[in-house]
Amino acid sequence: MNAPFKPEAPSRRDVVVAASLVGGSLLVGCSPADLMSLGSKVEVGAFGPFIKIAPDGAVTVISKHIEFGQGSHAGLAAIVAEELDADWSRVRVEYAPANAKLYSNGSVGAQLTGGSSAISNSWEQLRKAGAAARAMFVQAAANRWNVPVGEISVKDSVLTHGSGKTAAFAELLADAAKVTPPKDVTLKDPKTFTLIGTDRVRRKDAQAKSDGTARFTQDVRLPNMLTAMVAHPPRFGAKVKSFDAAEAKKISGVVDVFQIPSGVAVVAQNTYAAKLGRDALTVAWDEEKAEKRGSAAITQHFKDVLVGKDTSVKWEPFDQRGDASALASAKGEDVFETTYEFPYLAHATMEPMNCVASVDGSKVKLVFGSQGPTLDQLNAAKIVGCLPGSVEVETLFAGGSFGRRSSFQSDYVAECVHIAKTVGEGRPVKLVWTREDDMRAGYFRPIVVHAVKVRLDKDGYPAAWRHRIVTQSIMKGSPMPAGKGPDPTAIEGAADSPYLKATPVVDAQVACPDVGVPVLWWRSVGATHTAFVMEHTIDQLARKASQDPVDYRRALYRKAGADRHLAVLNHAAEKAGPLATAGWTRGVAVHESFGSVVAQVAEVKLENGVPRVGRVVTAIDCGVAISPDQIAAQMEGGTCYGLSAALFGQVTLTDGVVDQGNFDTYRVLRINEAPTVETHILPSGNPPSGVGEPGTPVIGPAVANALLALDQRATSRLPLIRDT
Amino acid sequence: MATTLDINGKPVTAQAAPDTPLLWVLRDELGLTGTKFGCGVAQCGACTVHLDGQPIRACVTPIAAVGGGKITTIEGLGGAHPVQEAWVRHDVPQCGYCQSGQIMSAAALLAEKPKPSDEDIDSAMAGNICRCGAYQRIRAAIKDVAEEGAR
Repeated sequence: MNAPFKPEAPSRRDVVVAASLVGGSLLVGCSPADLMSLGSKVEVGAFGPFIKIAPDGAVTVISKHIEFGQGSHAGLAAIVAEELDADWSRVRVEYAPANAKLYSNGSVGAQLTGGSSAISNSWEQLRKAGAAARAMFVQAAANRWNVPVGEISVKDSVLTHGSGKTAAFAELLADAAKVTPPKDVTLKDPKTFTLIGTDRVRRKDAQAKSDGTARFTQDVRLPNMLTAMVAHPPRFGAKVKSFDAAEAKKISGVVDVFQIPSGVAVVAQNTYAAKLGRDALTVAWDEEKAEKRGSAAITQHFKDVLVGKDTSVKWEPFDQRGDASALASAKGEDVFETTYEFPYLAHATMEPMNCVASVDGSKVKLVFGSQGPTLDQLNAAKIVGCLPGSVEVETLFAGGSFGRRSSFQSDYVAECVHIAKTVGEGRPVKLVWTREDDMRAGYFRPIVVHAVKVRLDKDGYPAAWRHRIVTQSIMKGSPMPAGKGPDPTAIEGAADSPYLKATPVVDAQVACPDVGVPVLWWRSVGATHTAFVMEHTIDQLARKASQDPVDYRRALYRKAGADRHLAVLNHAAEKAGPLATAGWTRGVAVHESFGSVVAQVAEVKLENGVPRVGRVVTAIDCGVAISPDQIAAQMEGGTCYGLSAALFGQVTLTDGVVDQGNFDTYRVLRINEAPTVETHILPSGNPPSGVGEPGTPVIGPAVANALLALDQRATSRLPLIRDT
Repeated sequence: MATTLDINGKPVTAQAAPDTPLLWVLRDELGLTGTKFGCGVAQCGACTVHLDGQPIRACVTPIAAVGGGKITTIEGLGGAHPVQEAWVRHDVPQCGYCQSGQIMSAAALLAEKPKPSDEDIDSAMAGNICRCGAYQRIRAAIKDVAEEGAR
C-alpha cells in the first residue's frame, strides 16, 4: 500500500515526443500533462493517489501541494479525514512525487501550488478520495459481518454495526484494499461535518517547526554532497566575459570553479568555503545586452507611456462601455483625477532561494521546496536532455515563497542543475544563495503606474471612469500559449471591480512595456496594486461626494450587485463597533481576490509622523471554512506581509544595479510594528476559495484611507515611509 | 586547528578555522540544522542561539569568540520546553523557517523576565523577522508561557 515512486522505462514514442519537447517545440495532440509526465510512473496504492493507510491503521494524506506556511497541508488532510471518518489525531501528510497526470492543479494543468488554489482545486477531488476509501472499508466490514453496508457507521477510524460488532481500519485493511473502489460516491452533507470547520483542524507541522526538525532545502545533508554559490552579474541580462579563479581556488575547501549560463559557480566542501571562494572571484561581465536603466528611469518611462508621451507601447482595453472620450480632457467640479506609483518589491522569503540537485547522465534528482514540481522537471529535463517525468523531485518544506519559487524558468533550480551536471557522477550539489544574492536576483513584483479619472453624477457616484495601467507583463515569460487579451495578472482587481461594474461609462486600458528586469507574481499578484488604487480612489471619491466612505461603498455594491462585498463590509463594520479606539483613526478597505472577499477596518495613528497600525478587524468570505484557525493565521500573516510592503517595501535600481542587499536596506515589518488582527469568517455554503493571498492587499489601502481621514492627505505613491 | 566547544551540554571539537561563524560550524560540521541561515549579518535573527543563556546571532559569531561558553541551540531545548509547547498550542509557525530563532529569543527573554511586558516583548523580539507575519501569535504564546509560569 505504501507504494514507492518507481520511474518506468519510457516507450519509443515517449522518447520521440520528449526529444522534440527538449528541442523547444510542443507536439500537437499531446496535453501539457502528457508531455510533462513523460517518463514518469507513480505506483498508485489501493486507496488511490491521495491516500495511504498503514498496517496500524494510520492514514497518510498525499499532498500534491507544497506547504510553505499557508497551512494547506492541514486543510487537505482534513478534507480527506472528514469524508473517510478517520481518527484526525492519527492522520499525517506527505508530499506527492512529481506527476502532472496524477497531481495536476486543476486550475493550471500542471502540478503547481499557486493562486491560493490548493484547497479549492482539491476540494471535490479529496472529498471523493476520502469517501471512496471509506466505502471500501464499509464494504469489507459488510462482507465480513454479513450485514448491509447501510447499517455500518464509521467514526475515528473505527467501523461499527448496530449488533455491537466493531473493527478498526487496521483490522479491515487487507480486505478493504481488495474491494474495487466505487465509481460514484456519496459525499457528506456539509451540515454533518464533524471535523471541517472546527478548531480541531490545526497544523500537522507545528511540532517539527518548533523543535528544529522540520526539513528545509537549506538543511539537506547527503553523502558526498558539495555546496555551491554563484557570482551573478550586477546587471540583469549581462553575461560572463571572463573570470579569474586563482584567489578563489586558494580557499581551503573550494573544490572547483566554473562558468555556467547564469554566472560563475564555486563548488566547495561546505557553505562557508563556497562563500569565501565566491567572494574571492574576479569576474568581468559582458553588459552589452544588460538592462542599464535605474528604477527611476523605468518608472518615468511608464509615466511617459501613461500620459501618451511615448506611443510605442500598445494599449489593450480591458473594460470599455459607453463613450468615455469626453472624459479624457474633462475638467470641473465633478471630475476627480489622480495617479499612483508602485515600486519593485522583493519576496524576501526567510529562506533564501536554494536547491539540491544530482545529475548522473540522464538521471536527475531534485530535492528542495518545489512550488511547481512538473515545471521544474521540464526545465531540468531541457538542461540535461532527458524525459521530463524521469526527473525525480523530492519536495521539502520551503521557508516561504509568496510566489518566488514558481518562476517560469525555474531560475535557481536551473542554475543548480547546470552546476550538478558539470559536477556529474550523481554527486549532490546544494546551491545556496545568500540574502544578497536573493535580493538582487530580480523576479520582483513589477513597477506599476495607474492613472484614474472619474466624473461623478449629480448624486456623487461615478458616471464615467477612465483607467490606465502601465506595468511590465508577468505572463509574457510564460511557456503557456498566450491567451487573447491583456495579461490578466496586470489588471485583476481592476477589471473585475464592483466599482467599475457600478459605473455606466468605462474606458479601462493597460499597456505593458518591455523591461530587462525579471518580474514575477508576489503574494496576491495584481491585487498588490489594483486593490490599493480602487480602494483609495473610492475613499477620495466619497470625500468629494461628501459621503461616508462605508455608506458610499454600500451604495456602489448595491448598484453592482456585489452581495458578498456588501456582506463582508457590513460584517467588519459591525464587529469593529461604532467607535474607534481613543486616539486612533479608522480606514476601511474591501477587496476580492482568488475567489474570496476580505474587508478590513484598520485603526491607525501617527507616531512622530510615522503610521502605526493597531487593531485590524477583518471579515472574510472564503466559502466553506475548513480550518478557521488557519484562515485566521493567514489573515494575520497576510496583513503583516501587505503592511510591510505598504510601509517600507521597495527595491530600487541605480543604473541597472539593485541598491538593496539585506534587511538593513530592504526594511520589513517587525514585531513592534505588527498590528493585532481580529478575523471573522462569514458562514457560507459555497465551495472553499483562497485564503493565502486575499488577506494581503487590503491593509495598504485601509491604512492610506485612515491617513486620508486623519490629515486629508491622499497617498499617490508607495511605500509610505521612504527615508529609511 | 581544532576548537573545543560546549554545545547543548556536550563538548565537541570543530575542525573549522577559528574565524568561521558558529552558524556554519553548527549546521555544516555538526549537523545541527535547526539553527537557520537567513541573512548572514545579524539582521533577521533566524540563527539565534544562546551563549551562556544570552541570545546571540550565530551568523556573526566566530567560533574563536565563543571560548568556553555554553552554547544552546534549538535542539538543546529538547522539544518540550514550555516555549516550544506554547508555540505548538498557538500554531505559531507558518513556513516555520524563522521559528527556531524566534523560540530561542523568547526562551532567553522568559528566563530573564518571567512576566514580560508588551514593551519587553517588543524589544527582545524585534531582532527576529518573520516574513509570514506570525507576530501576533508569537506575542500570545510568550504571554501564555508567562501566565503558565505565574500559576
